[in-house]
Amino acid sequence: MMKLTRVAVALAAGLAVSVPALAQDLTGTLKKIKETGAITIGHRESSIPFSYLDDKQQPIGYAMDLCMKIVDAVKADLKMPNLKVNLQPVTSANRIPLMQNGTIDLECGSTTNSVERQKQVSFGPTYFVINVTGAVKKNSGIKSLADLNGKTISTTAGTTSVPLLKKFEKTAHVDVKEIYGKDHAESFLLLSQDRAAAFIMDDILLAGQIANSGNPGDYMIIPESLRQEPYSMMLRKDDPQFKALVDKAIAAVYKSGEIDKIYAKWFMSPIPPKGVNMNFPATPAIKEAFANPNDKGVQ
Amino acid sequence: MAYNFDWGVFFQELPGGEAEYWQILLDGVGWTLAVSALAWIIALAVGSIVGTIRTTDHPWLVRLGNAWVELFRNVPLIVQLFLWYFVVPEVIPPLKRWVVASDPSTVQFLMAVVGLGLFTSARVAEQVRAGIQSLPRGQRFAAMAVGLDTVQTYRHVLLPMAFRIVIPPLTSETMNLIKNSSVALTIGLAELTFRAREMGEYTFHFFEAFTAATLIYVAISMTANRVMAFVEKKVAVPGYIAGGGK
Amino acid sequence: MTFDFDVIQRSLPYLWKGFQYTVELTVIAAAGGIFFGTLLALARLSSTKWLSLAASGYVNLMRSIPLVLVIFWFFFLVPLIAQSLTGAERPPQIGAERTAIITFIMFEAAYFCEIMRAGIQSIPKGQVYAAYALGLSYGQAMRLVVLPQAFRNMIPVLLTQIIILFQDTSLTYVISATDFLGAASKIGQRDGRLVEMYVFVAVVYFVISSTLSFLVKRLQKKIAVIR
Repeated sequence: MMKLTRVAVALAAGLAVSVPALAQDLTGTLKKIKETGAITIGHRESSIPFSYLDDKQQPIGYAMDLCMKIVDAVKADLKMPNLKVNLQPVTSANRIPLMQNGTIDLECGSTTNSVERQKQVSFGPTYFVINVTGAVKKNSGIKSLADLNGKTISTTAGTTSVPLLKKFEKTAHVDVKEIYGKDHAESFLLLSQDRAAAFIMDDILLAGQIANSGNPGDYMIIPESLRQEPYSMMLRKDDPQFKALVDKAIAAVYKSGEIDKIYAKWFMSPIPPKGVNMNFPATPAIKEAFANPNDKGVQ
Repeated sequence: MAYNFDWGVFFQELPGGEAEYWQILLDGVGWTLAVSALAWIIALAVGSIVGTIRTTDHPWLVRLGNAWVELFRNVPLIVQLFLWYFVVPEVIPPLKRWVVASDPSTVQFLMAVVGLGLFTSARVAEQVRAGIQSLPRGQRFAAMAVGLDTVQTYRHVLLPMAFRIVIPPLTSETMNLIKNSSVALTIGLAELTFRAREMGEYTFHFFEAFTAATLIYVAISMTANRVMAFVEKKVAVPGYIAGGGK
Repeated sequence: MTFDFDVIQRSLPYLWKGFQYTVELTVIAAAGGIFFGTLLALARLSSTKWLSLAASGYVNLMRSIPLVLVIFWFFFLVPLIAQSLTGAERPPQIGAERTAIITFIMFEAAYFCEIMRAGIQSIPKGQVYAAYALGLSYGQAMRLVVLPQAFRNMIPVLLTQIIILFQDTSLTYVISATDFLGAASKIGQRDGRLVEMYVFVAVVYFVISSTLSFLVKRLQKKIAVIR
């Protein structure tokens, strides 16, 4: 049954894209790529293990591996074996404007696919599903989100965790004080310096901070979820040709089972630069995203 | 590649539902003004003292003043704020206890005021010193000749002239300080730029959010600039080249 | 606190690349900024009304907006404006490095203008009249009499501004240009070693900036005019 759906989805994706034979039939991003001979990928610099720089300053990661599959598909479809791949570092603040003004063609990082964001940009198939929850020190005695009542918590400015936390406060009748870090490392520093009792963030990012810290054994992730969010690669809105190519390329990776190897490489094995192991097995929601590729946004 | 402008976004509610975006921007303006005002007082007071003692003939006072300026002007503000916020409390246990016990936004506010105030004090001190030293030596000698002591020489002769000369660069420093208060966002203080970025992150309407922030900063800075220009005109000394080249 | 300075050693090539960019940006922006800033100062002090109005309008606008916002506007809007001007189908590519250089020259010119204006105003008017009386033109009076003294009087302030500029380049992080601080903070975030990286950055900036200002002071003593 599972296998059948997978095949059906792959077939549907395959039919949807009608590869144009001539350059003048191309539109949007594919036309731009054909004309300029290059594709520009936006990558993050410290989003472990999705998209970050290794010690040779090359962007690597789970999202980068998946995006390279898309690049391979572009090369094949446009018959451009010598396609040039430009790499442009982006931040959470400038990734959307840079996509809109044409600086980057594909963003490969740790971007949440939300309905709100879909008004501005488009997304490929979900490649990861996170739970928003909290990391705490084991010796703090905090076992659940409700235990945070009356405590100070840290979170990263500008992330979707902030409004989620506000909503949770209202519905669960808990009262917390927030401190903001400007990046995840700072938010985690606030937790490790005991200025915050918990750091509220995407579970995978919490796991990354804990694995990277001096003493990973001191911390634990609360096994609860404020919300599930899908991660996906971002592309320009209203660009059906490129969107179809992205969907098809990623569905093929999921269908062939190659995804399991890529997932294990980044989430279940030691990764550069320090040989840290994330030890983050695929959750049921992630397995579901691989079985039924979709670009549904949260909310 | 079209961008969907939507100026109504300011009246949308935050995802948490507790306020509309224009309200949090206004709240940010309040923090920006409060940090700027307190830091400006610290910068001007400390900077004037440090700048003045550097022109005296007491070697240890000069050395102390020089060390102060070197320490605070030679490290970028963003790095200084990080050190004040994350490192200084770790080395001073009583301060750490106070930080853990206090409201987080109070800590951020006071650290931003102290960090920005002391950073700017070094720059004010440098301007004040340059102003005093740009005065002809004859003024100091003349003051001594009529029997004034050191304090009187500074109080009645050197400082009144020096402060007039440094008003244009001090105007720059004042406006600088207001804008530099935006660096406090890096220690999590929810001032104007922080709020504009936050609004951009939630709505993805970066252009609208940053346009509003830009206009507000222009309004605040222009007001400060006009006040300083008024002071500059009011205290101008005839005989020195005045503004406008007349 | 326990420190792990091994992270600095591992990432030295990356930090060095960032540092080179910081120096390059500082030198180009200082040279361009002083040149345009002096022209702006002369324009501000000019007796031609529209010229002085235009110059002071520009200076006041640039001095009113935080550098972070100026960089943002240049980075995101310049390509769009260039596109609408040229009527091209796609916005032209203007990289983070070029954007930062243009932004810093435009922005710093406003500051150097104010310093030069204060410098020019510190010269007693009698000197200008004396120069005219000797038959010098406006250009000659400025070039030969006023500006050399204005530069000399303002050297401490000009150099302070350059040291500030050297530090301000750290704000290019908003457009992901990897300067010295940008490189250090990216490594610090990736490896969870922020405190170590920031302390390292503070020490490096302090050593370089205070060495520079020590040299500046020696130079200043050498060229000082005794009055």
